[in-house]
Amino acid sequence: MTRLGRFAPLIGLAIFLVAVIWRLATPVDTNVTSKLDGTPVPAFAAVVAAPSKPAFSSRDLATGQPRLVNFFASWCVPCIAEAKMLNQLKERGVAIDGIAVRDRPEDVAAFLARVGDPYRAITADTQSRIQISLGSSGVPETFVIDGRGIIRYQHIGPIEQADVPVILARLEAAK
Amino acid sequence: MRRLIVLLALLFVQPLHADSNLPPAYWSDRQLADPRQEAEAQALMDELRCLVCQGQSIADSDAELAGDMRDLVRRRIAAGERPAAIRGWLVQRYGSWISYKPTAEPAAWPLWLAPLALLLAGAWLIRRRIRVRG
Repeated sequence: MTRLGRFAPLIGLAIFLVAVIWRLATPVDTNVTSKLDGTPVPAFAAVVAAPSKPAFSSRDLATGQPRLVNFFASWCVPCIAEAKMLNQLKERGVAIDGIAVRDRPEDVAAFLARVGDPYRAITADTQSRIQISLGSSGVPETFVIDGRGIIRYQHIGPIEQADVPVILARLEAAK
Repeated sequence: MRRLIVLLALLFVQPLHADSNLPPAYWSDRQLADPRQEAEAQALMDELRCLVCQGQSIADSDAELAGDMRDLVRRRIAAGERPAAIRGWLVQRYGSWISYKPTAEPAAWPLWLAPLALLLAGAWLIRRRIRVRG
């Protein structure tokens, strides 16, 4: 056995350890992105999600103007922080439609009363069906839909202050 | 003393639940009446990956989204849809990530070639050994 051969197991171990440490230091991105980017929003029906709030269907999305479709829930903690950003976007004239995932009308109403209501309309998605049909994997998630009802961008997780310019740019690009 | 009380109090902290108040979807934990259909659904659910507890199948996961996906699978199987079509519909949305069934994509080639490579390596080792003995 050559001298180098004798050290082969040790070298192997060292490579393995470096690989493990590198992966721990830079974790993989576990976000699952929707593959429907550039395709029309799959059809869904309008189901009222909260009293005194209109619902919208997939057909209401092709209005000629880009808009946001925001998946949220009253039981979703990051959605509370995100509501502030959505209200800010609404004040800037952004049209936002909400999809309330697995929620009860009274809970949605209480949530909106507490954090503000940035939504033009809200549709209920009690069994995550709209969510799955759009390739979304959780709440909160936001899609930029262009004027023809085509998905142009997906934002996973809550919209934070730093994300606002990105969202506005994507809306502009979708015009 | 105060620190001790805080530490003791921490023992009783409940994790923050990110679960909805709605009951599970109808077919999420209910078997289809037709055993053949249920077997088809079960086989497919074992091969679909949970979006929440990544690494578990939707058959194993307790996540609500996994329950909703089981409901979706059973509903479609009951409506006569083929498992391959349901898998395809989900792959179209989430990519091959959603399915545990290995594909023929270039990324999966090492997976298919590994057994062959190991077999060849084994044959080479045996051959060498036999030659040394001889």
